[in-house]
Amino acid sequence: MSAAPLSLEGIHKSFGTKPVLRGLDAEVQAGEIFSIVGPSGAGKTTALRLLDLLDSPDAGRITFHGKSYPIRSPESLAQRRRMVLVMQNPTVFRATAFENVAYGLWLRGVPDAELRGRVFAGLDFVGLLEAAKESAEKLSGGEQQRIAFARAAVLNPEILLLDEFTANLDPFNVRLLEQSILRYRHETGCTVVIVTHNLFQAKRLADRVALLLDGRFVEVAPAADFFEHPVRPETRAFLSGEMAY
Amino acid sequence: MTDFSEILQIVGLSILVSGTSTLIGSVVGVPLGVLVALRKFRGRNFVRTVAFTFYGFPPVLAGLLVFLILSRGGPLGFLGFLFTPIGMILAQSVIVMPIVMGITISAMMTVEKRLHDTSLALGANERQWRTTALHDARVGVFTAVMVGFGRAISEVGTVLIVGGNIRGQTRVLTTAIVLEISQAHYLEATIFGIILFVIAFAVFAFLQRLQAKGVV
Repeated sequence: MSAAPLSLEGIHKSFGTKPVLRGLDAEVQAGEIFSIVGPSGAGKTTALRLLDLLDSPDAGRITFHGKSYPIRSPESLAQRRRMVLVMQNPTVFRATAFENVAYGLWLRGVPDAELRGRVFAGLDFVGLLEAAKESAEKLSGGEQQRIAFARAAVLNPEILLLDEFTANLDPFNVRLLEQSILRYRHETGCTVVIVTHNLFQAKRLADRVALLLDGRFVEVAPAADFFEHPVRPETRAFLSGEMAY
Repeated sequence: MTDFSEILQIVGLSILVSGTSTLIGSVVGVPLGVLVALRKFRGRNFVRTVAFTFYGFPPVLAGLLVFLILSRGGPLGFLGFLFTPIGMILAQSVIVMPIVMGITISAMMTVEKRLHDTSLALGANERQWRTTALHDARVGVFTAVMVGFGRAISEVGTVLIVGGNIRGQTRVLTTAIVLEISQAHYLEATIFGIILFVIAFAVFAFLQRLQAKGVV
């Protein structure tokens, strides 16, 4: 049996004297949507940055199919190019929507003809084909986030990391992006890790859900069990809104 | 009194000196600004502080510094550049370079804060990230060059000290205005002032047109 595409073993991370992650352990299975929920400041974004090899843990190991990569090594760049992180706030380059979606393909040296085909397919996937020539900066927040998703999707990542990717968006764009993710996972079999504090979203999208509290996963369970039959008292308190943080 | 051919010569020299010094200041200042903004090295904050300090470097001091270096007893006195257009270009480059460098640093740092993680998350290596950052900060860098030119064309103290305001040789629009005012030739001074304004306006209008067309 092959190792999990993504695994965290005893991850610790501090900023200055403040510990943020204190022994994070989890295994994400191939093709699943794994959602990390938790209150603000629990360390969700920090965990996602570590998973994307943008930062290194103080202790512990992150492995991809059983292999770990020292940050800033050529091997870590190669691994980073097999996954994509979509950030919370839509950040677009000062360029057209087409150029934004083409960016990652350009970095990978994809030939022009293939690049054009993949970019137009990506824009079509998020319903922004007609905006190809428009300045990405002039698009609405929701459209910019759809551009960010298309920019990630055209790279055919093995692992897609999404950090509060629909925060501050209107219900139409939230629904559209969620549908895009489910469709994309269905079509590609991509493994998806979603960080969110929107419990409804986690319920709608995730196969498994992990509650991150005080730098640790206190409960990891299939979505139905997590929401209907939580085991830990912290999870029950978090779901019922009784937890003060 | 100043005749038409002399006015043309003054205008030509003003554009040559300011344009060349802007070019030199930009060729040195932009790469240095990019380097200081994006490269992580020991003492980077100190270098940034020094760069921003020189950003407000008094032109008269810069003129004095270049004067001492180019004067007969100075380290580069043997070149004979004092009271020549080359000396004026060197002096103005000293003024322009920190301005271009400082604004480039600010522009690049803003882009770094906004896009660094996104770029890396999409698979950029360090070299590709630097190219991306420079491309995204192009309007800021372009503004740096424009401000540098603005400073150069309107500069008077430095060119007066290093150039000497010699008729037919080192007289430029700003020094000509100072001279005409000192001789109570207010009409001539005003005409030179209008010419200076028109040149600055034309250059900035042209550069802004390039920007609007998306050339930069």
